[in-house]
Amino acid sequence: MANAIEARGLRKRFGTTAALDGLDLAVRVGEVHAFLGPNGAGKTTTIRVLLGLLRKDGGEVSLLGGDPWRNATELHARLAYVPGDVTLWPSLTGGEIIDLLARLRDDGHDAKRRQELIERFDLDPSKKARAYSKGNRQKVALIAALASDAELLILDEPTSGLDPLMEAAFRDCVSAERSGGRTVLLSSHILAEAEALADRVTIIRAGRTVETGTLDELRHLSRTTIHAELNGPFSVEGLPGVHDAVLDAGRLRCEVDAADLNELLRRLTAVGVRTLTVRPPTLEELFLRHYATETAEAGAR
Amino acid sequence: MLPAWVYVVVIGVASNAYAFAKLYKTASSRAALVASGQSNPALLFLYGRLNGDSVGALTAWRYGVWAALFAILMSIFLVIRHTRGDEEAGRLELIGSAQIGRQAPLASAVAVAVVANVVLTAAICVILPLLGLPAAGSAALALAVGTCGLAFTGVSAVAAQLSSGARAARGIAIVVLGVAFMTRAIGDSAGANGPSWLTWVLPLGWTETLRPFADERWWVLLLPLAVFAAATWLAFELSDRRDQGAGLLPDRPGRPAATAMLRGPFSLAWRLQWGSLAGWAAGYAVLFAVCGAAAPGIGSLAGTSSALEKAFTRIGGAAAIVDAYLGSLMLLAGLIAAAYGVSTVLRLRTEETGDRADPVLSGAVGRVRWGLSHLCVAFAGVLVLMVIAGVATGLGYGLRAGGAGHQVSSLLETGLAQVPAVLVIVGITALAFGLLPDACVAIGWTALGLAVLINIFGAALQLSHWVLDISPFTHAPRLPGGTVAAAPLIWLCAIAVGLIVTGLSGLGRRDIG
Repeated sequence: MANAIEARGLRKRFGTTAALDGLDLAVRVGEVHAFLGPNGAGKTTTIRVLLGLLRKDGGEVSLLGGDPWRNATELHARLAYVPGDVTLWPSLTGGEIIDLLARLRDDGHDAKRRQELIERFDLDPSKKARAYSKGNRQKVALIAALASDAELLILDEPTSGLDPLMEAAFRDCVSAERSGGRTVLLSSHILAEAEALADRVTIIRAGRTVETGTLDELRHLSRTTIHAELNGPFSVEGLPGVHDAVLDAGRLRCEVDAADLNELLRRLTAVGVRTLTVRPPTLEELFLRHYATETAEAGAR
Repeated sequence: MLPAWVYVVVIGVASNAYAFAKLYKTASSRAALVASGQSNPALLFLYGRLNGDSVGALTAWRYGVWAALFAILMSIFLVIRHTRGDEEAGRLELIGSAQIGRQAPLASAVAVAVVANVVLTAAICVILPLLGLPAAGSAALALAVGTCGLAFTGVSAVAAQLSSGARAARGIAIVVLGVAFMTRAIGDSAGANGPSWLTWVLPLGWTETLRPFADERWWVLLLPLAVFAAATWLAFELSDRRDQGAGLLPDRPGRPAATAMLRGPFSLAWRLQWGSLAGWAAGYAVLFAVCGAAAPGIGSLAGTSSALEKAFTRIGGAAAIVDAYLGSLMLLAGLIAAAYGVSTVLRLRTEETGDRADPVLSGAVGRVRWGLSHLCVAFAGVLVLMVIAGVATGLGYGLRAGGAGHQVSSLLETGLAQVPAVLVIVGITALAFGLLPDACVAIGWTALGLAVLINIFGAALQLSHWVLDISPFTHAPRLPGGTVAAAPLIWLCAIAVGLIVTGLSGLGRRDIG
């Protein structure tokens, strides 16, 4: 089966600034795909191109097998979208907006599911939208999307206004969606969320893809953190792939490239190890490494 | 926006003063105008009582109440936009969290409105003596207008505390304005034995009871100033007692689920806009019924000035003076309906910049369908307003002069004949929205402004024919009294359709947001 979303070398300019500068993104059918990047990296622009709201300046993009610009109307019946900054019609109630959004997608109306979600997210559907907080507005859009029978959910920072309890409810719902076979594109900068939910991850920076793959693949490319208490004297001299080593009174703290982990462990056990912690890199560390290079490059210039 | 309001009020006052000085050169012609103006209840309803027969008194009569009305509208929009409007949009939260007192936004909104009204007052104060009117009367008229604006600055500040929505807050203030206008109008037109004290009750009437240019009663100025002080004090007290984002009036809960009616972009557009159309329709019904009822007295009124008679026939385009008056009423109805049409089409832009277009367009809704949804509300609204204008004018005139049935059908025809011209203005706005979204607000209102300029002042300014021909309203038949030529109407419709189709295809090709 083809990918649900496929973008290659996507370009979009606003005036003189390039918002997207050759972005690649591939989301497989049935997976939860986390789309990560710092503010202004181009996540929302990419999503708006995918929704046919913006016209790409270059590159190729396909969505559910169609052209998001030319086939927008037909494709939209098969997807549901939760914007990052949910603005609603102030004079309509939350319940009315949930129903309206479903009808705008020509959706089959599952009243039971709608009611379940409203209770799950603890939303008062009879309040006017102007009286909702940011979190409640987000819940309205989320309930409308989750209650739909769309094949693809496009969620742009869907939990930025939710409290931890609601965030947990959201995670449960997305896990359920994945086992139900729906495809989810989840843009976020809450890395724990992506780590918990995503099958695969794409990290972008300044409109360009810098890393993509499963979390395991990405971790493999990155460094592992080692904490060890040693029995004898030790030196990292001559060891390949070891970084940021701190040796202090028989305690070692360092990071090591995945390829050189074995060699380091061999040398450590030769000296004798009292305690050892080996921690794979968190998504945050992956993310910060790309971020750090960016600031370093900027500094070097 | 602010300079535009000031302009409308100041130029309005000045052009009236200029016109009266020019059209009524002799004291006897003015006395005749006063006599017929005093005896026409419809004119008393619209403009109020005459306090004298000097050029200044006539100016104060003809435009005093209306200038005050515009100053009040300016104050309402200003205050609500910078208080409740910003609060509803969440902008005040950012400011409120900074090192700024919680009353500061209200205080600054009131301050801006006070400055605007002071500028207005000063401008009228300066410009009227330049046109040769007495300084004391000019100052009285200017202060009457400015203090009315101040009184409603206070009223709006209170309204902003009451409701949690800017639209509703504006509604509250405008209802108060409507009540003020109606009490004054009824008090003025009720006749000698009627409740003429009503003129004294609310701000708009004080522009008359101050008697500018006719032995000014200066102390009357204390009334609006007292309202301003009391209402502003109350607004600050209320704002001190409520939470950020909340209103004092409870938000009534609505439907927990949508009715079967709310099913797509068209029903959404209707749901968002019908309230405003209902308000416009009510205003049209009252205004044009009264203006129609004034028609039988127009003959004697215009007879007091041959220049005025000429002015009417120039604008109205027909020889019979009453028909000319009714014709210019229908032109006015068309121009105001065009303003409604422009604002309704521009709602598309507001929805787009407010990110409320995205949820609709990311549903299975094409851009053309979304664009048409609000355009259809504009068409339907324009049609409804012109039907109301025709029927209300016909009834108002017919019931006083006789032959109501005939008058209604003839004026309905005239009213509907303006619709194609209105649609051209709507079409220009739609075209701008599709092709030049950043400039569409300016383009829409400029197109309407040019039409107003050309058709209301063009003849008097003796503009050449090709300039007059630019405005679509020049080509609309000015019945009753003339024959309808179908060709110009068909042309106007074709142009409107062409503009709208081009605009919608532009909308289909451009970025949203």
